[in-house]
Amino acid sequence: MIKAALHKRLRATQGIMNLEVDISIAKGSFNALFGPSGVGKTSCLRMLCGLMKPDSGIIKKDEIAWFNAQKRMNLKPGQRNIGYVFQDLALFPNMTVEENILYASGGNDTELIHELLKITDLEGLKDQLPNMLSGGQQRRVALIRAIAQKPDLLLLDEPFSGLDQSIRLKLQDNLELLHDRFGFSVILVSHDLAEVCKLADNVWLMEDGKIIKRGSPSEVFGLEAAADQLKLVGKAVQILEEHLVVSFNGSTFKMKRTPELNSVEIGQWVQLKIDPQSGQLNTIDLKQ
Amino acid sequence: MNWDPILLTFKLALVTTLVLLLIGIPLAYWLNYSKSKLKPILAVLISMPLVLPPTVLGFYFLLAFSPNNAFAGWLDEFLGLRLVFSFTGLVVASVLYSLPFMVHPIVAGFANLPSSLKEASSLMGKSRWQTLFRVLLPNIKPALLSGTVLAFAHTIGEFGVVLMIGGSIPGETRVASIAIYDEVEKLNFAEAHLYAIILFVISFVILLWVYTRGRKRLNSIFK
Repeated sequence: MIKAALHKRLRATQGIMNLEVDISIAKGSFNALFGPSGVGKTSCLRMLCGLMKPDSGIIKKDEIAWFNAQKRMNLKPGQRNIGYVFQDLALFPNMTVEENILYASGGNDTELIHELLKITDLEGLKDQLPNMLSGGQQRRVALIRAIAQKPDLLLLDEPFSGLDQSIRLKLQDNLELLHDRFGFSVILVSHDLAEVCKLADNVWLMEDGKIIKRGSPSEVFGLEAAADQLKLVGKAVQILEEHLVVSFNGSTFKMKRTPELNSVEIGQWVQLKIDPQSGQLNTIDLKQ
Repeated sequence: MNWDPILLTFKLALVTTLVLLLIGIPLAYWLNYSKSKLKPILAVLISMPLVLPPTVLGFYFLLAFSPNNAFAGWLDEFLGLRLVFSFTGLVVASVLYSLPFMVHPIVAGFANLPSSLKEASSLMGKSRWQTLFRVLLPNIKPALLSGTVLAFAHTIGEFGVVLMIGGSIPGETRVASIAIYDEVEKLNFAEAHLYAIILFVISFVILLWVYTRGRKRLNSIFK
């Protein structure tokens, strides 16, 4: 179990943002950090792995402290045994696929490397340099390179963004398989709702540097298809006189404003209820 | 024709470039990655040879290396190192004088690398040395090449500093640029021509090679 309670003041585009996170990561769990851009998801990962120093708080794994602001303790990133797939992947351009993975693993376990290459269909490409590979292939390399380290915790910063749907689904399957096979804990940063629901068993919904909701995907997003209604979570993007415009996964919906939605502000998360029979959309304020 | 000045010039350029590679890489690393408050001061000091007349540097070297100076006296007495009017002194002065030509391209090389490469390596538990030699340096080869070629070429073209602290001792400090000056002074134009044309051709070839093969890198440095 890894526990973190951290605070950091960050300079964001809208001014100063206070990032406050309080999370615990159960061994072998698959967690997702979900939320729009610029709410501090990447900063959370960077603080956990030691690339960014929090202003205050603690991080500990079981009873071993990784970071303790009061005791001025800060374990180096390399001592935390964390695998990290960066947004830009950070594949070493001078090394081939195999050399990248060997470097990460310390070069001992060739059997593991062979297995990872096989699971992700990269055996035929192991002698290629990263810039000769397609986007999807590069992401697979970054993924198995991080896993070859045998990490306790794997941090994935939007690992599948910008890929087309079929490749994305395949990579999600790869990740699911690798997670089941090796049993590391995962934190996945994503703003793809379908991806989060498919992979994660625990979700932290973030907004303005804080976790505003946590639980299983169905608890957080209210995705259970109740007998009469399907519920989804979207974000208020525009408030009109009689209507509210809500964005969900890239699409926008215009719906009538009911009295209970009066306090909704732009940028706030709301729940969309879709009545399957009539196709009528309703929203409720998620903070209430 | 006496080939000594030409050979000495290349010996000086070679030794200077090797020393510069050894100290230029750690300096550039520090300048790019350190958060020290001393950084701007050191960056300016390294760049000074770009703007100062060589005679200013030469003059201070002359004072600093003079056996009357306590440190230089100590070097002379205990290590037998004499830095004025000697080849060793020329190397020390050339290293300082050509420092920006080695350091600036390497700093630019480090700065152009995504910071995630260094971070990824440190997350893998690798030491700074492993990260430097396995990840950072292999990915800034063009910058290392530019720095090496520029430092080498710049040392070949040195005159003022050498004249101030080296004089013109044949086989010891009489490099080609000094030899040309001497021959012109003696109205020996034919000899001066020979040295001059050799320097011209060699420098032209070196720079042509850099501009055709490493132009991209040079553009990014001098933009």
